[in-house]
Amino acid sequence: MIKLENVTKVFPSKKGKDVTALDNVTISVNKGEIHGVIGYSGAGKSTLIRCVNLLETPSKGKVWIDGIDLTKLSKEKLRQTRQKVGMIFQHFNLLKTATVYDNIAIPLKLLGVPKSKIAERVVKYLEIVDLVEKKDSYPAQLSGGQKQRVAIARALSQEPQVLLSDEATSALDPETTNSILELLLKINAELGITILLITHEMNVIQKICDYVYVIENGNLIEQGSTIELFTKPQQSTTKKFLNTISQRKLSDRLVDELKLGGRVVRLTFLGENTGQPLLSKVTQQFYVEPNILSANIIELKNGIVGNLVVHLIGNDHQVEQSLSFLQEQGVEIEELGVN
Amino acid sequence: MQSFIDQWLPIFYEAIKDTFLMVAISLAFSVLIGIILAIILILTRPGQPLQNKFVYQFFNLLINVIRSIPFIILLFFMLPFTKFIVGTSIGVEGAIVPLVVNAAPYIARLIESSLLEVNQGVIEAYRAMGIKTHQIIWNVMLREARPAIVLALTIATISLIGATAMAGLVGAGGLGDLAYRFGHLRYETDVMYVTVILLIIIVQGIQSIGNRLAARMKKD
Repeated sequence: MIKLENVTKVFPSKKGKDVTALDNVTISVNKGEIHGVIGYSGAGKSTLIRCVNLLETPSKGKVWIDGIDLTKLSKEKLRQTRQKVGMIFQHFNLLKTATVYDNIAIPLKLLGVPKSKIAERVVKYLEIVDLVEKKDSYPAQLSGGQKQRVAIARALSQEPQVLLSDEATSALDPETTNSILELLLKINAELGITILLITHEMNVIQKICDYVYVIENGNLIEQGSTIELFTKPQQSTTKKFLNTISQRKLSDRLVDELKLGGRVVRLTFLGENTGQPLLSKVTQQFYVEPNILSANIIELKNGIVGNLVVHLIGNDHQVEQSLSFLQEQGVEIEELGVN
Repeated sequence: MQSFIDQWLPIFYEAIKDTFLMVAISLAFSVLIGIILAIILILTRPGQPLQNKFVYQFFNLLINVIRSIPFIILLFFMLPFTKFIVGTSIGVEGAIVPLVVNAAPYIARLIESSLLEVNQGVIEAYRAMGIKTHQIIWNVMLREARPAIVLALTIATISLIGATAMAGLVGAGGLGDLAYRFGHLRYETDVMYVTVILLIIIVQGIQSIGNRLAARMKKD
């Protein structure tokens, strides 16, 4: 549905030091899925999402939406194609001087929707975002979450196939963030709209994304299904983002101390494994005593990931055997304190 | 007192009428020209979708040049041009041309800065929706800038009233001319005082109306 093919974006600078905001990035979002791009500020994720509807013209590469290469379109055709792509923003970008109703109705009028249908559409999408009773309020009278709902209704009212979300929850408190994320899940499920979002918050990825791209310094450094990323993160940046969800890191000093009497490992369980008492089997079969240092469970959109950091106490051979047993059971193992 | 009123009322009435006429007509033309200039400046400024260095610099410079000339000099400097445009260089018609030339660039700058304050994010959102540039100008930029533009035009109107007083020098009439001719040249200080009080009332009134209108349009 959305495809960026080898997209590079260079911002020329007067001092001769060009800034490469995106370097040969390829992403592909299937119809009906929710994909997320995560990165620190300045990583290039904003440029990436703005390349999708050509608010930013890529220096190199192609941008496909629903089989159309946007980079080849005339200005007029591009303008028409943009109507299929809804977008929501961190700062909502509503008209201050217009009511909630008009904020949705004005773009519809400008896009040539027949007058008789406008009222019907505005109400329909205000119902979806649950804000019908606020239709005569001005944005200044609304909370941040409500403003974002209006912005979502405005985007949806154009009945797009794709919704781009540019840090849509970054200016909201955690509770409001959750309600907006649930709304995005709902419109994805009920209206079948494909969503590409960018964020710097791992919980956004955790709650609603099917697939994740990690971007750093304009490069795509890691990608995979959300489950893959949560169970087998490769890059240190990815691991840092995971640490924001659950405190995964123990201090080096603590790990070094514990290593004197055994090994410290992180066990990541996935799906059905989370329900099995594997650690008690380890004790019974290999006489290894696992001491649980930390444990948590993360609910993803498509599954559950369990995380255990354990101190395995026993002789080397037995510990080795127990680890290969766990591996056979499909548990991801990462040894801590090994450089 | 009664005799003062009887003697001067028709003259003041005539002067107020002339002032209003000059301000209204020149304001209408200046706003029209000012808005167009402001939109050209906004659209062609560097970094905008229609950026055009040549067009932007040309109008930018033109506005600066005209704004550097004091109105009193402009008034005489433009005499031949005025005569060419409206057929006369005196009276209300004669004053309107230099008044417009004086006010239009000023209004253009004021509206330009009002438009610059419109949230760029909203404009971008509308671009992302596939809405045409001219529709964005009317329905986003000018709409959102309305309260600021009303305040800007209030300021412009008040300085136009000041400029019309000088236009009396080309025989345009109006309150300023009255104060100058009778109050200054003929030492009729009563006339001078009444004129000043009238001007204060008019300026206060316009400023209050402008403030109220802007406050009503502003929704935040």
